[in-house]
Amino acid sequence: MNSRVPFFILVTALVFAGLSSIYYRHAEMGVPLTAGEQIDIWQIEAEIEFIGKDAPVNAKFTLPKDPNFDLVDEFTASPAYGVHVIRDEQNSEVVWSKRQVKGKQTLYYQASYKLALNPVDEPIAKELPEAEMLSKPHQRSAQELLNEAYDKSGNRKFLILQVLNLLNSDNQNVALLLSKYSKTEIFVQLMTMAKVPAMMVRGLVLEDSRRNQQLIPLLKVYVNNQWQMFDVEAGKFSKELPILVWQQDTPSLLDVTGGKNSKVSFSISHSTQSALREANSSATKGDVFDFGLYHLPIEEQNLFKGILLLPIGALVVVLLRVIIGLKCSGTFMPILIATSFIQTELVTGVVGFLVIVSAGLIIRSYLSHLNLLLVSRISAVVILVIGIIVLFTVIAFRMGLTEVLSITFFPMIIMAWTIERMSILWEEEGGKEVLIQGSGSLIVAVIAYLMMDNPLIRHWAFNFLGVHLLIMAAVLLMGQYTGYRLLELRRFKPMAED
Amino acid sequence: MFNFANPFKLRERGIMGMNQRNFSYIGRYNDRSLYPNVDDKLKTKNLALEHNVAVPDLIGIVRYQHDVKQVFDILNQHNGFCIKPAKGSGGKGILVILQTDDNGYKKASGEYVSHDEVIRHISNILAGLFSLGGAADVAVIEALIEFDPIFEGLSHEGVPDIRLIVFQGYPMMAMLRLATHASDGKANLHQGAVGVGIDIATGKAKRAVQYDCPIEIHPDTGKSLTEVEINNWQRLLTLAAGCYEMSGLKYLGADIVLDKQKGPLVLELNARPGLAIQIANGMGMLPRLKQIEALNHRRGASIAARVEYAQTHFNN
Repeated sequence: MNSRVPFFILVTALVFAGLSSIYYRHAEMGVPLTAGEQIDIWQIEAEIEFIGKDAPVNAKFTLPKDPNFDLVDEFTASPAYGVHVIRDEQNSEVVWSKRQVKGKQTLYYQASYKLALNPVDEPIAKELPEAEMLSKPHQRSAQELLNEAYDKSGNRKFLILQVLNLLNSDNQNVALLLSKYSKTEIFVQLMTMAKVPAMMVRGLVLEDSRRNQQLIPLLKVYVNNQWQMFDVEAGKFSKELPILVWQQDTPSLLDVTGGKNSKVSFSISHSTQSALREANSSATKGDVFDFGLYHLPIEEQNLFKGILLLPIGALVVVLLRVIIGLKCSGTFMPILIATSFIQTELVTGVVGFLVIVSAGLIIRSYLSHLNLLLVSRISAVVILVIGIIVLFTVIAFRMGLTEVLSITFFPMIIMAWTIERMSILWEEEGGKEVLIQGSGSLIVAVIAYLMMDNPLIRHWAFNFLGVHLLIMAAVLLMGQYTGYRLLELRRFKPMAED
Repeated sequence: MFNFANPFKLRERGIMGMNQRNFSYIGRYNDRSLYPNVDDKLKTKNLALEHNVAVPDLIGIVRYQHDVKQVFDILNQHNGFCIKPAKGSGGKGILVILQTDDNGYKKASGEYVSHDEVIRHISNILAGLFSLGGAADVAVIEALIEFDPIFEGLSHEGVPDIRLIVFQGYPMMAMLRLATHASDGKANLHQGAVGVGIDIATGKAKRAVQYDCPIEIHPDTGKSLTEVEINNWQRLLTLAAGCYEMSGLKYLGADIVLDKQKGPLVLELNARPGLAIQIANGMGMLPRLKQIEALNHRRGASIAARVEYAQTHFNN
């Protein structure tokens, strides 16, 4: 059985390649697993205002660098300003500049964000910064607060909650500290003293249809091996609304030279977008490992949407013939019938198929008396099938049955061969065999249709080409299946008895 | 309706399924390039003559459409004959004429066919109606077989034949196929013909089935089926075993008829013999196939040795 080893290596390789391609398309490129999946998009507009002092202006506006969000697109609106968006290791900012500015100026920066597919957690600094010493009374109060919180908590998470509780209570130490520092500052100080990685950040609460928003101070604390956001003023982990961290380790949000009275306000709006479209539009930015078909012209895409369903049909045929043992006339004829069912809808399709085939069989039985050569007889049947389709279409249209018009989608040549084969089968093996093989073909066609018409399967067949490698592996494996077919278990039933 | 056998029980009894036959035997043992040896009856016939394998006499060949009319020059010299497509499959397209008289050509069923119908039949053969894939074909005309009187009353209309499975040259299972009224004179079991399992050692009937169910008597003639004994059995086995050398196929089905005068004749060979023989014999083929596979084939046993081996080992 040496020859089986390369075979199984091949099958395993196909399965592996298929699965990794599916994983890559889903996890790395964000192609959704279901067709209608939507993703959240937040559009944030920052409005920057200042009064020009009749001097050259440089307005530097910090942009967010939040690993939990991906930038979808951005643009700026600013009449007659030179604009530079700078994104490098340290900085992420937009700079507007203009030689001579006077009077009230308004600049806009607009960006759309979506939740990141693979949020990368920032690593914590190897060495935590030493806590800054406060003035003596404050330092003592802070130490007492921390001790109290430490005693009343079992782990880091509860320590943090305890500190938050204390900060919002009318504790004397808190009152003393608040006289000089903000709650957030006290919190960071206490965390640093307790050797808990913590930092102060400023973020934007992403809530739909909000205008004139400001960044709010937040705390980022490292708990349970991940960074968590704290709203100290509210005294809780902030979970309900997503928060876009805008400022972190950056000194100022807006820095205007040559202007005064500068201010920033944000407005936010939320929308949803097809996850599939979003994934593909970001993929077009050029990806070596992208074998998606969305770069092709629409016409070719539609062609492939049909073609890529055929492997599904082939899989159904292999399953039904090798595992079940169903008889059907013509190996892949049922798939072609199934593809036309997609155009005609199931009921119209099945009825149309039955009508065309039975009408064809009746007329074909006359043709067999004419003693024709095979090729001309088949040609006659082809013309006959076209005639039947034309006739039914015209009659149906007169009667107002517009759904019948779709029977023109049937593949004429295939129908002609089906009629020819069935007719010979009838003459040789009798009507019963025609019924068996005919209904076998129809069952295969209907099952193949149901599979090929399933939106999920269509989505997978077109968007995850790895699926076809899996089908290939399955078909190869079934090609070596030597077990009984399901219908053989019935056939050989008497052999298992006595 | 949902009356299924336990697959493990079938496996235990050595029943071979279609997938296993296709993959483990036909696919593995039958070289594709040898298929024409059996799929083309004309080629089979020539090979048989080379290897001294007895076959029915060839009385004529029609190769081209314009020759069709001249076929009557040949047909009129014979009272009964049989027209077959050279590349037909599953017994399709075979026209058996028992005798020619004033009414036309009398078929086995007693019906008459006209002159024109014979021409149409040959045209159909030439156009490839009965051949695999519809390829153009040749019509072969053979002498009629006068079947052995031991089959009197055992077959309705059609010619009874004996199907033997020959694996690597060893005849390993046999069945007598008898046409019935239900099978319309055809010898295919799924169409209602009777299958009689034959003991390889003795040539005696073991049991008979119709539609996969055991029966005792022929449904049309009422003659007992379990008392059938085929004479000249060893000669028949020898003929079947020789088909291995002749065709080169390691897994093949040989259809043999018994002619009153000429004895056993190979009617046709089949590279994809069906599985119904297991039902007729009431036993699976796998144990015997495995037994033959386990033999040392390097030295190539003679036909006589193989027949002897089969008769001593396959005796139940």
